[in-house]
Amino acid sequence: MAFVNLKNVTYKYPLTDKPALQNINLQIKEGEFVAIVGPNGAGKSTLCYTLAGFAPHFFKGELSGTVEVAGKISNQSTLDEWVLNVGLAFQNPFNQISGAKYTVFEEIAFGLENIGIPRDEMKKRVEDAMTLTGITDLADRSPYSLSGGQQQRVALTSILVMRPKLLVLDEPTSQMDPIGTREVFGTIRKMAEEGMTVVLVEHKVEWIAEFADRVIAMHNGQVLLEGNPSEVLTSNVLIKNGFGLSRYTSAAREAKKLGIWKKEKLPVTLDEAVEGFKK
Amino acid sequence: MNIEIKDLRYTYPTGLEAISGISLSIKAGEQVAIVGQNGAGKTTLVRHFNGLLQPTAGSVMIGDWETKKQSVAKLASRVGYVFQNPDEQLFSKDVITEITFGPKNLGYSKEKIDSLVGRALAFTELGDRAELNPYDLPPAWRKMVALASIIAMDTPIIIFDEPTTGQDSSNINRIANVIAKLRQEGKTVITITHDIDFCAENFERVIALSKGKVLLDGPARDVLGQEKVLAQTYVDPPQLTRLGKKLGLKETVRNQEEFLKAMK
Repeated sequence: MAFVNLKNVTYKYPLTDKPALQNINLQIKEGEFVAIVGPNGAGKSTLCYTLAGFAPHFFKGELSGTVEVAGKISNQSTLDEWVLNVGLAFQNPFNQISGAKYTVFEEIAFGLENIGIPRDEMKKRVEDAMTLTGITDLADRSPYSLSGGQQQRVALTSILVMRPKLLVLDEPTSQMDPIGTREVFGTIRKMAEEGMTVVLVEHKVEWIAEFADRVIAMHNGQVLLEGNPSEVLTSNVLIKNGFGLSRYTSAAREAKKLGIWKKEKLPVTLDEAVEGFKK
Repeated sequence: MNIEIKDLRYTYPTGLEAISGISLSIKAGEQVAIVGQNGAGKTTLVRHFNGLLQPTAGSVMIGDWETKKQSVAKLASRVGYVFQNPDEQLFSKDVITEITFGPKNLGYSKEKIDSLVGRALAFTELGDRAELNPYDLPPAWRKMVALASIIAMDTPIIIFDEPTTGQDSSNINRIANVIAKLRQEGKTVITITHDIDFCAENFERVIALSKGKVLLDGPARDVLGQEKVLAQTYVDPPQLTRLGKKLGLKETVRNQEEFLKAMK
């Protein structure tokens, strides 16, 4: 049994004619790390909202088909049951931060408070989560006094602390510095290895190839292609449909025309590129 | 119009010192990228250029104006600032009203406003979205509206705060085109970015900040090749620069063209 199972899922936001998701079928195993790629407007964020139960519980609109996570069906559950299993870090951290807390520490504890975790356990879990994402030095700052990337780390931490079975991340590193991005990817990978199921929307394809188990390419609200990252991210279908490539892939593609790249398969990561260009 | 920053320090009311002594000069028409780790002071620095923040010590000159002695409204005629988060910037009921707001407030003639708005719509390819409410657009296009509404003010200096965040490759290309057009018009463009490949492909000068100070400042080729120093501020060199180093290329390559040339 798949841990996440989407069957014929179509979703329309209120007051719109065109569905944002069209007939999505998707199975994800427990502990799998799946990355979603696609151009702006492909339906990536809507898929995140659907997994997190926001569509249709919060946004309303029309959902057809079934969204099943951890054996529960979203439109047969309430949102407060749903959040015990699924956590979503928003694309824009500013929209996620509660506005009800004065410090980062309290902000991260907010979710735990709402599900009635005892005080001592709550403190311990907040401290552990802050250590995991490297933000212990921000504990006493106001969430609104932070830089974009710092806010994004707080938003991520406040979801991780909930220990969701399914972690949904909508471009969690878009405002982070490059080495910070790599660290966060490493942390997410570790969570997946410990059994957390991860769905990540991301434009930074070279990191996806290094960290994710599988890639799903979306286009116009549909799944265009899915599979192994190094296959999907170098596929001609993606290139034709205007998806972003890693610089290694683009350079090797041109190099192939010039006879400098001799392999059949194009690289996505630095290591693959070094390997293929060497000698 | 030159920017001169002398011994700038800034401490937030909470007591946090975000800028700890920065001196810089940026010449008219330069294209400068500012990189560095989260919390390094990048946004705090550029918010001094249009007077949103005033120095705790030191000074910032925009041409012959010292920012301390000018209002933000007046500085807006010289420095345009595109916010990191477009939702902090947009408020009008439709795209065209939003874009018209800036030039109208600068008191330009009707003809000039029309032509500036037309140019901004064309640069950002928003022409067919002009009648829509910005908040009905996806976040990536809201960012383009934020860009357009600042470009329309025709200021000699334009600041972009992380323009490529959350953008797909086609929109990143659109933004690169906007910057190229502004360069042709002789504008000064200052961009904060974490997208180091975008930085390498579009900017001649790179300033790396770390903990409120300038860590590196110089031509992109010199700055972006210094892997060890950049790591101090959590920045990796561009993808093809790293690849070139691993392959033992002598020169620092910044983009695909340079990489392929060096590999031949």
